[in-house]
Amino acid sequence: MSARVITITSGKGGVGKTTATANIGAALASLGQRVACIDADIGLRNLDVVMGLENRIVYDLVDAVEGRCRLKQAMIKDKHIPNLFLIPSAQTRDKTAVSPSDMIRLCNELRPDLDWIIIDSPAGIERGFKNAIAPADQIIVITNPEISAVRDADRIIGIVEAEEKGSPQLILNRLNPEMVKQNNMLSADDVVDLLAIHLLGIVPEDKAVLISTNQGTPIAMEDKNLAGKAYQNIARRLLGEEIPLLDLDKGIGFFNRISSVFGSGD
Amino acid sequence: MENFINKIFSREPSSADQAKDRLRLVLINDRTDLSAATLEDLKDDLLEVLSRYIKIDPKSMSIDITQEGRQQRLIADIPITGPISRKY
Repeated sequence: MSARVITITSGKGGVGKTTATANIGAALASLGQRVACIDADIGLRNLDVVMGLENRIVYDLVDAVEGRCRLKQAMIKDKHIPNLFLIPSAQTRDKTAVSPSDMIRLCNELRPDLDWIIIDSPAGIERGFKNAIAPADQIIVITNPEISAVRDADRIIGIVEAEEKGSPQLILNRLNPEMVKQNNMLSADDVVDLLAIHLLGIVPEDKAVLISTNQGTPIAMEDKNLAGKAYQNIARRLLGEEIPLLDLDKGIGFFNRISSVFGSGD
Repeated sequence: MENFINKIFSREPSSADQAKDRLRLVLINDRTDLSAATLEDLKDDLLEVLSRYIKIDPKSMSIDITQEGRQQRLIADIPITGPISRKY
């Protein structure tokens, strides 16, 4: 077996790259896949806190690249899922500490022992982004239904296509079905129409995402809320299953009813 | 209710439609690196060349960039008003 390398990128910051990386990693791992998530944002380490592993870091990506540790030593095992790993980024270095060929070499070394390598790209289109997409077999562009995020996503898609990385797939994050219904938010159809790439999944806006991030437990580890379910569906689609997009209107009604029955204390 | 009344009486497109229309133009601009002004220049040059062969009314000529998937297409609609008298 050789792992498939997926890079999650967006252009614009703050649209949910790190959250998506942690959740797609967790969802794939909970389906029995062996997964490593790599934080490629050197100097702005983030994936460790989102995955709740910040206290376990000994070595990081740059240590592994520069040979201060074996690659295995930089892989931190997840607290909940034993076949999920994190390779954290370095906090005190900058993007020039790693080159695109370093990333390719590192991923090639990891491939034989894993099923998936998920790389969290930094925002922007500079060196850090180039590092992150260099080893990718497939690129996922994540955006919000917001004019600036969609514009930056389009730019990234153009660059990815120019680099002959194939057509990227799209995740639309933080969609608010209520606002779409009131015609005050771009719909999934609008965004797909504008960007003209394949839609891998829609993640609705969900307070539970922030709550789970606060707790350091990716939301995709459970499916009692819509966002967690959405990430699990994305993982299944990556595994080749044909899963229809969530019916967000129905979903909200259903989940509201559930939480009103059991109280919203969780 | 207020929203409903606004919708009936105002002609302003919804904010989602505005976002989509604005994005459509911005993306065409970003992808082709052609501004509205450059497009005007292109139109003038095109008119000059075409006028050597056919008679055109500049006011009825339109030139646009449309999107088909991730490909842009330059669409020119140029009504021919009449034959040009050839000397050869």
